[in-house]
Amino acid sequence: MELKSAVPEGPIAEKWERHRFEMKLVNPANKRKHSIIVVGSGLAGASAAASMAELGYQVSCFCFQDSPRRAHSIAAQGGINAAKNYPNDGDSVYRLFYDTVKGGDFRSREANVYRLAQISVQIIDQCAAQGVPFAREYGGLLANRSFGGAQVSRTFYARGQTGQQLLLGAYQALSRQIGLGGVKMHPRTEMLDIIVVNGQARGIVVRDLVSGQISSHVADAVVLATGGYSNVYFLSTNAKGCNVTATWRAHKRGALFANPCYTQIHPTCIPVHGDHQSKLTLMSESLRNDGRVWVPKAKGDSRSPAQIPDAERDYYLERMYPSFGNLVPRDVASRRAKDMCDDGLGIGGGHQVYLDFRDAVKRLGPTVVAERYGNLFDMYQRITGEDPYQVPMRIYPAPHYTMGGLWVDYNLMSTIPGLHVIGEANFSDHGANRLGASALMQGLADGYFVIPYTIGNYVAQAKLPPVSTSDPEVKKVEAEVTEKIKKLLAINGTKSVDAFHRELGRLMWDQCGMSRSRAGLESAIDKVRAMRERFWKDVFVAGAGEDLNQSLEKAGRVADFFEFAELMCEDALHREESCGAHFREEYQTPDGEAKRDDARFSFVSAWEFAGVGAAPKLSKEPLEFDYVHLAQRSYK
Amino acid sequence: MKLVLHVWRQAGPQAKGDFVRYEVPDASPDISFLELLDLLNESLIARRMEPIAFDHDCREGICGSCGVVINGRPHGPQRHTTACQLHLRSFQDGQEIWVEPWRAKAFPLVKDLVVDRSAFDRVIQSGGFITARTGSAPDANAVLVPKRDSDLAMDAAQCIGCGACVAACPNASATLFVAAKVSHLGLLPQGQPERYSRVVKMVETMDAEGFGACTNHGECMAACPKGISVDFIARLNRDYLKATLAPPPEGAGWSGAA
Repeated sequence: MELKSAVPEGPIAEKWERHRFEMKLVNPANKRKHSIIVVGSGLAGASAAASMAELGYQVSCFCFQDSPRRAHSIAAQGGINAAKNYPNDGDSVYRLFYDTVKGGDFRSREANVYRLAQISVQIIDQCAAQGVPFAREYGGLLANRSFGGAQVSRTFYARGQTGQQLLLGAYQALSRQIGLGGVKMHPRTEMLDIIVVNGQARGIVVRDLVSGQISSHVADAVVLATGGYSNVYFLSTNAKGCNVTATWRAHKRGALFANPCYTQIHPTCIPVHGDHQSKLTLMSESLRNDGRVWVPKAKGDSRSPAQIPDAERDYYLERMYPSFGNLVPRDVASRRAKDMCDDGLGIGGGHQVYLDFRDAVKRLGPTVVAERYGNLFDMYQRITGEDPYQVPMRIYPAPHYTMGGLWVDYNLMSTIPGLHVIGEANFSDHGANRLGASALMQGLADGYFVIPYTIGNYVAQAKLPPVSTSDPEVKKVEAEVTEKIKKLLAINGTKSVDAFHRELGRLMWDQCGMSRSRAGLESAIDKVRAMRERFWKDVFVAGAGEDLNQSLEKAGRVADFFEFAELMCEDALHREESCGAHFREEYQTPDGEAKRDDARFSFVSAWEFAGVGAAPKLSKEPLEFDYVHLAQRSYK
Repeated sequence: MKLVLHVWRQAGPQAKGDFVRYEVPDASPDISFLELLDLLNESLIARRMEPIAFDHDCREGICGSCGVVINGRPHGPQRHTTACQLHLRSFQDGQEIWVEPWRAKAFPLVKDLVVDRSAFDRVIQSGGFITARTGSAPDANAVLVPKRDSDLAMDAAQCIGCGACVAACPNASATLFVAAKVSHLGLLPQGQPERYSRVVKMVETMDAEGFGACTNHGECMAACPKGISVDFIARLNRDYLKATLAPPPEGAGWSGAA
C-alpha cells in the first residue's frame, strides 16, 4: 500500500501554519450537523472531545473506566515539556524539535515533530488557564526542571502528579461540555470493533460493561485515543485495564499498524518481587535529576549500601556518559542497568540497581527533597517498606510506553478514511524512543490543537451518506462481536485468563523486551502461536455475557494481545538494526550502543493485517531528514 | 501468611447480598491487598466459581478506581494509602478481614464490591471547572500565582475522586470532595470569575444526588488516601455563605476577593 503522509510543502517552520490555512473549514452552523465519536478519555481523548464540542460538533465519548477521570494518563508523574524558554537557558522550538528527533533515534517524521514542538508552547498556556496548579517560583512565575535527553530545563510539573493535574484539567473541560450537552459520555463502555462503510470509518460497536449489552454507534468520523499496548508484557507500569483491543480491532478492519516493536522500557521502576505481582510501579524519571544510579564495584558485595564507600561504588552512568550523566535518555539508562545486572553486578546478584539520594539530601536538606519528590518517596516506602531518605531506592527497568501504534498521516488519520488516531495510540512523534515528559505533550497537542482542525478538514470534504445502526453492514459487525463473546464463554477450559496473560508476558519480556535476537524472536513467534491455540482451547471464562464480568473483559483483551504479540515479534525480526528502544543484539557498536542502519531501515514499518496467523504485509514510509543531521546518538 | 476473608458478595443491585467466608492459606506479606483479591479470585476460578468483582486500574494510588472498606475502614488500616497500595505486611498472620463496598445512597451498588460513583462526575459537570475554551489562553506567565496559593491549590487538587470520604462519613456526605475542588479552583486567579457561582452549583448538585450534609465529624479526612484537610471544608463554607447570604446586586459581578 502506498502511504501518503500528507505532509504540507514548504519550509518546516511554516508547514503547520500553511496547512491550517489550506485546510477546509466547516461553518459554525454546519458543525452541529456533524457527529464525532471519541474512544478513550485520557489526555488525548478528553482534550479532543472537549475541544471539538466547544467548536460545535456533536461528540460522543467512550471509556471503559467508571469515570473519564480515571484514564491512565492520570498516573504520569514527572512533567510536560514545552519550548517556552522561561529559564533563558537556550531553549527554542527548534531545539525541542531537534532533541525529540535525536532522542527518537531518527525514526520519527520530522514535520510532525516540528509541529509538536511549536504547539508545546500553547499547551502550557491552555493548562494554566484551566487552573492546573503547576509548580511555581516564589515570585509567582512557573517553575521548570530538567529531564532525560535534554540539557535545558523545559519541563513543567505539578509535584510528582503532573499527569493527574493535566488530566483533571482536560476532564474538567470535558465535564463542562457534558454538562452543556456538547458531549454524550459513555463510561464503563468498551469499544470492541469499528464499523467501516464504503471504506470509511462510520462508527463503533461497544459493550456496556455493566449490562453486557452490545450496541452500535454511528458518526461521521471516529477518533481513537486508546493508549498503548505495554500490557502485552503482563507486568508493566500501565494500569491493569490498558489494552490493545481498540487499535488491534481497527487494524483487523484495515488500519495499518506502524512500528509495533518500538516499546519503551522505563529505567526507574520498583523491581519485580514475587510471582503474584500484578503490576510494576514507576518511579518518575525526574528522580534522576537528584538521584545517582550505582552498583557495587565488586560482584557479590553483600554489604548494606551505607557501608559501601564511594570508592567501591560504580556510578556507571556518570562514568560512561560524563556530559549527560544520570540524565541519559531512557533507552540508554535501561540498557546499561540490564548490562550491569547481566554481568552479575546487580544488587545481591539480582536484577536491581541503586538510585541514591544520599548526596541530594546532604546538599538540599530533606525538606527540599520532600518538596520535589515527597509523594514518590512515600509511594516507594509503602510498596517496599524501605525509606528512601535513609537507604537508596532499588530500581530496575520495566515496560512503560509504546512508541508504535496505528499509522497516521500528518492529519492524524489512519489508512481507513475517517478513522483518526491520537495520543499514544498512534505512532507519530517519538520515533524509536520517547524522551521523558513528551507523552503528555503529544497527547495534549493532538487533542487540543491538531485534531480539532484536521477533523474539520476531513468532514468538510468527505462524502458522508447517511448511516443507521440498523444498516446490514452495522448489524454484521455487531453479530461478529457477539459471536466472539459467545465463543470465549463457551470454551470452558481449565486455565484462567490471567494465567495465559502471565505466560505470554513472560515470553515477550524475555524475547521481545529490552534486547532481541533473531533466534529468540523466531522461537517466540512459534511459541506465541502455540500459546494462542491453547488459549482458545483451554481458557476458562467464568460468569455470563449479560452481566458485569471482569473475566470476560480481560479474556477479550488477552485474545487480542495474543494476535498482536506475533506482529510485534515479526516487526522486531524484520528490523535488522538497533535503534532507540529496539535493540537487536546482532547490531551494536563495540561499546554496546544501538547501531542503526540508515541505508536499509530509515523508514516506518506499517503492517497490513492478512488474517490471524498469516504473514502480515509490510508497507514502508521512507523517512527523510532535511533539518536534523543523521548521526549516531551520543550522550557521552 | 494465612488470612481469613469475609467478602461482601451481591450479584446485582436488586439481589440480596451477604458476607462469604474465604481462606487464603499462603499469601506473601509483600503483595498488595488487591493482589490478595487476585489470588483469591484465581483460586475461585480454579474451583469454577465466579470471581469477586472489584474496581481497580492503575494500582499505584492515583486513578481512584479502587476502594473497599476493610475492617470497617475505607481503604484499610494504613493512613494515606489506597487499597491498591496497602500491603499485607499491615496485617497479622491468621487475621480475619471483612471486606465491603462503599455504602452510600448516592453510590448505588453494581455488583459485589463495585459501586456506581457517577454522582461525583455530575457534581463536577455542574460547575467543577474553569471555563477556558481551547485556544483562548494568555501566556502562562502573564498571570502570576503566589507560590503559597499555588501550593495550597495543589494540596486540594490531589483528590483522586475515590469516594472514601463519602464511605467514611456517617452522613455519607461528599463535602470534602466538593470542598477540594472548590478550593483548588477558588484559590487560583484563573478561578475567580466563576468562584461563587461554582460553589452554589456544586453544593446544589451534591444535595440533589443524595449525599448527606456535613456535621464536622472529620472521618473523611482520616480516611482520605491523599490526606486532604477538612480546612478546605471551612473554605467551602465561607464561599458558600458569601455566595448565598451576600450575593452581589443584579447586574454586578462578584468582586472575586473573599
